[in-house]
Amino acid sequence: MTAEMTTRDDIREEIMSVLTTIAPEVEADEIEDDVLLRDQVDLDSMDWLNVLIGIHNRLNVDIPESDYQSLRTLADLMDYVERRTAQHL
Amino acid sequence: MIEFKMPALGSDMDEGTLDEWLVKAGDPVTRGQVVAVVETTKAAVEIECWHEGTVHELLVGIGETVQVGTALATLLAPGESAEPPRKKQPRPTETPAAVEPKGEAANQPAPAAGPKLGPHHRRWISPAARRLATSLGIDVETVTGTGPQGAVTISDVEHAAASVKKPAKKRESKRTAADRATEMRKSIAAAMSRSKREIPHYYLADEMPLDKALSWLAERNAERSITERVLPAVLQLKAVATAAQRFSEFNGFWRDEGFEPATGVHVGVAISLRGGGLVAPAIHDVPEKNLDELMGDLTDLVARARAGSLRSSEMSDPSITVTNLGDQGVATVFGVIYPPQVALVGFGKPAQQVCAVDGGIRIATTVQTSLAADHRASDGHRGALFLTTISELLQQPDLLEK
Repeated sequence: MTAEMTTRDDIREEIMSVLTTIAPEVEADEIEDDVLLRDQVDLDSMDWLNVLIGIHNRLNVDIPESDYQSLRTLADLMDYVERRTAQHL
Repeated sequence: MIEFKMPALGSDMDEGTLDEWLVKAGDPVTRGQVVAVVETTKAAVEIECWHEGTVHELLVGIGETVQVGTALATLLAPGESAEPPRKKQPRPTETPAAVEPKGEAANQPAPAAGPKLGPHHRRWISPAARRLATSLGIDVETVTGTGPQGAVTISDVEHAAASVKKPAKKRESKRTAADRATEMRKSIAAAMSRSKREIPHYYLADEMPLDKALSWLAERNAERSITERVLPAVLQLKAVATAAQRFSEFNGFWRDEGFEPATGVHVGVAISLRGGGLVAPAIHDVPEKNLDELMGDLTDLVARARAGSLRSSEMSDPSITVTNLGDQGVATVFGVIYPPQVALVGFGKPAQQVCAVDGGIRIATTVQTSLAADHRASDGHRGALFLTTISELLQQPDLLEK
C-alpha cells in the first residue's frame, strides 16, 4: 500500500474488511468508531487475534502484544495504524 | 476387497448426505486421504479413508443420504486384482446392523500430518476454501495453492480475496442457513439429552493461579511476530491433555461394555459457531505437539469449523473435551459431557483476585477451572487429582512447551 492511499477512510475500510471476513454478520456502517468493539461484535480471543493479524497483513503494521490492551475501539485501531504508518515513513 | 464404510461422526450424527466424491474407480488411495465430502447437520465433513489401496467401485451416489456404517465404496488392497465389478443392485436404504462404531475410529491411528494425496491426484481444494471462494466471488481455479501438493487452503483464498479487493456482499440463501441451524439444534439436543439421561455427572472446580503461565507466555510472544504468537487457550489445552495422559480414566469412552480408554489424547475443542450452535472437533495427539503446532492446529480448526468444513477423524476421535467460555466473560463453566466421552474440562475468564499468599494479601490472576466427569468411569478422588495436576502443569509452562 502506498503512502498517499492510506487516508483515514482507507484505513477504516481495510479494517472493516478484515472484521467482516472474521464476523460476516457485521454491517460496516453500523459499527460506531468510539464504542468498544467487543460490545458491538461477538469476538473471542482467537477472532481478535485474527483481526489484528489481518490488519498486520493488509496494512503492514506491526502490533506488539503489549499494545493489544490499548486497542479497544475502531477509533483506537485507526489511530494506531496512522501512528505506526507515520513512523514507517 | 475392502469395504470402505461411512465412519462415525460423533454421537449426535448418525447419517450424512454424500456431497462429493474426490476419487473415482481406479484411483489409488493412501492412509488419511480425504476421499469424499459428506454433508451433516454440523459441517461438510471431509471423509478420510484409513485403508491403503485402489478404488474399485463407488457404491453411493451424490445426494444419497446414508447411515454411519454404510459401505461407501469398495477398495482393492495393494496387490489384489480386480474381480469383475459386481452387478449394481439397488442398495437397501435401511440402517445397517452395525451402526454403533464400537470405538473403531478411536482405535485407528491418528493421521500423520493432514491428508496425504496420491501423486497424480488432481489439485485439491478444501470444501471450506471452495465455499469461501464462492462467497467472496473468487474463481477458485485461479488461486495459487500453498497447502500440501499445492492444495488450495482457506488462507490462500483469503489472500486472493485481499488482492482482488472486491467487497462481495455475502448474501447466501438465508433459508438454508436457518434450516441448518434448526437441524444442528436437533443434533445438539439429541446428544445433550442422551448425556444428561445416561451420564451420572459429577462436578469439581478449582481456582488456578495463572500469573506464571501468562507472564511466561507474554515473554515468549514478545519476541515473536503477531503471526507466531500463542494464545493462553493453547497452554490450557496442553495442560489438560498432558494431565489426561496421566489420568487415563478421563480420556476415553463409556460403551455398553464399560470404560474404554482412548489410544491417544485427542482433545475436542468446543467451538461456538456464528449464528448459533457449536461443534467440538478434535485436535489429535495434543500431548505430543509443541505449542506452535497446537496454535496452528487450533487456528486452522476454528477457521474450518466456522466455515463448516471438518474432517471425519476430527468428528469421531475426541477423547475428552475442553470448553473455554472465558472470552464471554463468565467465571465458571459447568459442562455437559459429550457422549460417549467421560469428561469435560471448562475454563472461565481469567481475572484478578485478592488472594492470601504466605500470610499476606496479594493480587493474583486466576482462572476457575471445572471438571465434569462420568461417575461410572471415575471417582471424585481421582477427579480432584486430575484437576490439581492441570493446575500444577499451568505453574510450569516451560514443561508444556515441548
